[in-house]
Amino acid sequence: MTNDGSSNGQHRAGLAASLAGRAAYGNGRPAGLMSVPQGSTALAAKDFKSDQEVRWCPGCGDYAILAAVQGFLPELGVPRENIVFISGIGCSSRFPYYVETYGMHSIHGRAPAIATGLAVTRPDLAVFVVTGDGDALSIGGNHLIHALRRNINLTILLFNNRIYGLTKGQYSPTSELGKITKSTPMGSLDQPFNPVSLALGAEATFVARTIDSDRKHLTEVLRAAVAHRGASFVEIYQNCNIFNDNAFEVLKSPTTRDDYLIRLEHGQPITFGKNREKGVRWTASGTLEVCSGDDPSVVVHDAHHPDPTLAFALSRLAQPDLAMTPIGIFRDVDRPVYEDMLADQIEQAVARQGRGDLAALLASGDTWTIR
Amino acid sequence: MPTKEVRQLDRVIIRLAGDSGDGMQLTGDRFTSETAEFGNDLSTLPNFPAEIRAPAGTLPGVSSFQLHFADHDIMTPGDAPNVLVAMNPAALKANLADLPRGAEIIVNSDEFTPRAWQRVGYSSNPLEDGSLADYRVTAVPLTSMTVEALKDFDISKKDAERAKNMFALGLLSWMYHRPIESTIAFLEKKFAKNPEIAKANIAAFRAGYHFGETTEVFAVSYEVKPAALQPGTYRNISGNLALAYGLIAASQATGLPLFLGSYPITPASDILHELAKHKNFGVRTFQAEDEIAGVTAAIGASFGGSLGVTTTSGPGVALKSEAIGLAVMLELPLVICDIQRGGPSTGLPTKTEQADLLQAMFGRNGEAPVAIVAPRSPSDCFAMAIEAARIATKYRTPVFLLSDGYLANGSEPWLLPDVSALPDLRVDFATEPNHVADDGSRQFWPYVRDPETLARAWALPGTPGLEHRIGGLEKSDGSGAISYDPENHDRMVRLRQAKIDGIARDIPPLEVEDPDGNAELLVLGWGSTYGPIGAACRRVRARGLPVAQAHLRYLNPFPANTGEVVRRYRKVLIPEMNLGQLALLIRAKYLVDAISYDRVRGLPFKAAELADVITATIESIQE
Ligand SMILES: Cc1ncc(C[n+]2csc(CCOP(=O)(O)OP(=O)(O)O)c2C)c(N)n1
Ligand code: SF4
Ligand SMILES: [Mg+2]
Repeated sequence: MTNDGSSNGQHRAGLAASLAGRAAYGNGRPAGLMSVPQGSTALAAKDFKSDQEVRWCPGCGDYAILAAVQGFLPELGVPRENIVFISGIGCSSRFPYYVETYGMHSIHGRAPAIATGLAVTRPDLAVFVVTGDGDALSIGGNHLIHALRRNINLTILLFNNRIYGLTKGQYSPTSELGKITKSTPMGSLDQPFNPVSLALGAEATFVARTIDSDRKHLTEVLRAAVAHRGASFVEIYQNCNIFNDNAFEVLKSPTTRDDYLIRLEHGQPITFGKNREKGVRWTASGTLEVCSGDDPSVVVHDAHHPDPTLAFALSRLAQPDLAMTPIGIFRDVDRPVYEDMLADQIEQAVARQGRGDLAALLASGDTWTIR
Repeated sequence: MPTKEVRQLDRVIIRLAGDSGDGMQLTGDRFTSETAEFGNDLSTLPNFPAEIRAPAGTLPGVSSFQLHFADHDIMTPGDAPNVLVAMNPAALKANLADLPRGAEIIVNSDEFTPRAWQRVGYSSNPLEDGSLADYRVTAVPLTSMTVEALKDFDISKKDAERAKNMFALGLLSWMYHRPIESTIAFLEKKFAKNPEIAKANIAAFRAGYHFGETTEVFAVSYEVKPAALQPGTYRNISGNLALAYGLIAASQATGLPLFLGSYPITPASDILHELAKHKNFGVRTFQAEDEIAGVTAAIGASFGGSLGVTTTSGPGVALKSEAIGLAVMLELPLVICDIQRGGPSTGLPTKTEQADLLQAMFGRNGEAPVAIVAPRSPSDCFAMAIEAARIATKYRTPVFLLSDGYLANGSEPWLLPDVSALPDLRVDFATEPNHVADDGSRQFWPYVRDPETLARAWALPGTPGLEHRIGGLEKSDGSGAISYDPENHDRMVRLRQAKIDGIARDIPPLEVEDPDGNAELLVLGWGSTYGPIGAACRRVRARGLPVAQAHLRYLNPFPANTGEVVRRYRKVLIPEMNLGQLALLIRAKYLVDAISYDRVRGLPFKAAELADVITATIESIQE
């Protein structure tokens, strides 16, 4: 495994920099795929299309994510049989049916736990979790945070449409306060989660956010997420055009997006606006504030910093109306991976106790013989 | 030294009782080991409070350990102790009601201070007020004698006092002619890091032994000859330990690495603790964030080709239900060990009960049949763990193993099995496509079934060309594609049921023990009631009344001959530690008017009680 990128000073512009200090494609396997075999035949996007008819509503953001993932998987160079998609329940969780790999569409909220059992027993598999905002943050919130803190080698894709799609439009734990839905005719009363803040609080080692419609950005984030060894958490803003249409429109429309989006690039000053005329800097009280883009104290993004303070402060910039929403990689640090440590313990146990001998085990303790 | 009388006994039931902090479980374990080594048959019953350390000297804080040992084969830890060792007034008060008149009581007189006996509600000192006149009471100042014996050791007074349980153990070891070497070796090992404490405990143990030898207080010692057990090598084993070993054996027999996903819960946690020690067998234990994650991680591991197991107790099963339904739908192997305890809700966490049978049977949404097995004794947990894994892997199904608190913590001698004779349970994974499509292409269909077992084809991730998706949605017979077709759903529901029902062809028939051959009453049981029912039947037969006994170790499906067996007798009596759950199933399935006898006291049945119920039932038939 390579070291933390911040130490080698080799920072190139853009997201590629996130990979620069780490095992990158081309010169060896990315750390996240270190234990996964490499395929001998080159695959194309079409090789990852299953024979199942895709049944999302026309116009659903899930299509774009599916296409981006299918377009990205070939570049991993991993044989299809060594890739597994595990999902929970929701529109988003239908995803595995459409990808020609191994897959499991499980039960509501439990995909991270199922994937944990699979990943810790099968390090030769690249395991993806596909989940929704309800699936991951309501019913499955517990499993999500624990998978993150354990740092299981998983790539978790959270399709956040800020609504319950499959059950036809109730508010979700990411819906904005006061949201009017079928179950909240007078407006929702509960403060939403910020999934990035939550993941950071849960000790996640890789946290990123991207948008369904920006295929290039989505692909770059996926690339870094898979390269990361450990739990990678990727929040994908996804449009549900039936129950919560245009929820992220201000981040997508050419007229507004430059003022609303902050594109995080490791090693680069954090600036935004059409002409990068705005930036962010620290306040005396330890929060971030907007300043002029050429302010000398504009913060330089460091996704590899061992301390999550900057990543967390960045996650808090986003306003309820989505103004100042950062996308990109908030955090990407190395920490020992659960299954690697477990494999180590097994090795140590064998070294110390010898390979298990059942007859000796059964006869351990006090025995006596009757003739 | 005057030679003392040695009296021969055929069996003894001894109960050690004290504060939770007095080390009664350890003392009991040691006495059991000495007894096992001596060659008696034995059975044990630990009984401890739910609180880790209730206030010292109070009734809720009393912890006890009962051991029954004999020169013949026995089936239960015994109904009523012949001997009670009470380390304080609370222990005396909490246990006195269980003693028959004439029982022997040894008390630690140092603890019978007015404050201590008042604290548990005595208005006068029971050792002096004549209230124990019906018993043979020996008051021994165990604490002060221990402290005196250890006065030359470089240990605190508290540590010296603590060793009083070893003094008591030494005394008992003398009294029953137990071999003492293994206890000395045990203490050396246990306190290896603290040699002074080790020496002190050994000295206390020896002091107790010598006190017995020399004192005039005890005029007699007792001898219980070794039992004529089958030749072979034995060890003493508790149900939870046997279950853990059985799972490791199953992993070896199936060739699948063992994965345990579990969340701590009494009385199941010891299985997690035990398996966590055996990573050198390739065992992976995962302490999950909750029981749902425990079972779902096990399902994920099964999907990847491990032997996925989850261990829990009743409240945990309730949380796992949805995931077990998923495993039914996925048709993946899964072993769910439910170590039952008193319910509902948190109930009686440290007490035994068998009230989860219907939860295991029906506790899921939809028609979601699973196989159920139930060990009948502590050592049987080993065999039934292997059976659970055999059925799970062969039929690709969840299998419940229903143990309980009594089996989990109780122990008995176990004739070590020959590991080379373990069955070969290797799984035939799919490696090739199994279906030819209309266009002639070869495909893998995950729901193509073995015509005999109805088990579906199981291909592991990593197998080239067999990529497929499974999930909780109903699937098309054969292809496994999502299907909402009404006829297909009806067929799949029946196929899943038929698969479970078909296991009846693959399990041993229900055996009946009816030595007289002319019984009119069958006593039918399941799980941990085997010992008490068996002991009761022996007593009834000894009274000259014929009675038949059968015990179900497979509860879903029932053995194929179960209907024939229950219909063969004029009456069927089903004792259960629930409100008649097996009786409900037997009545529903076989239309037999079974009589239910049920008690839910958190304690195993007593043989005497069951013998009376059986006798009364036989008499009612004859009237
Ligand atoms: C145990 C359980 N409870 C409730 C449901 C119903 N349900 C299915 S999907 C869903 C919410 C899905 O929302 P989200 O995760 O945001 O997914 P989306 O459909 O928006 O992609 C709910 C409540 C269920 N399937 N299982
Ligand atoms: S309901 Fe919304 S999220 Fe679900 S498929 Fe339709 S558009 Fe997509
Ligand atoms: Mg949603």
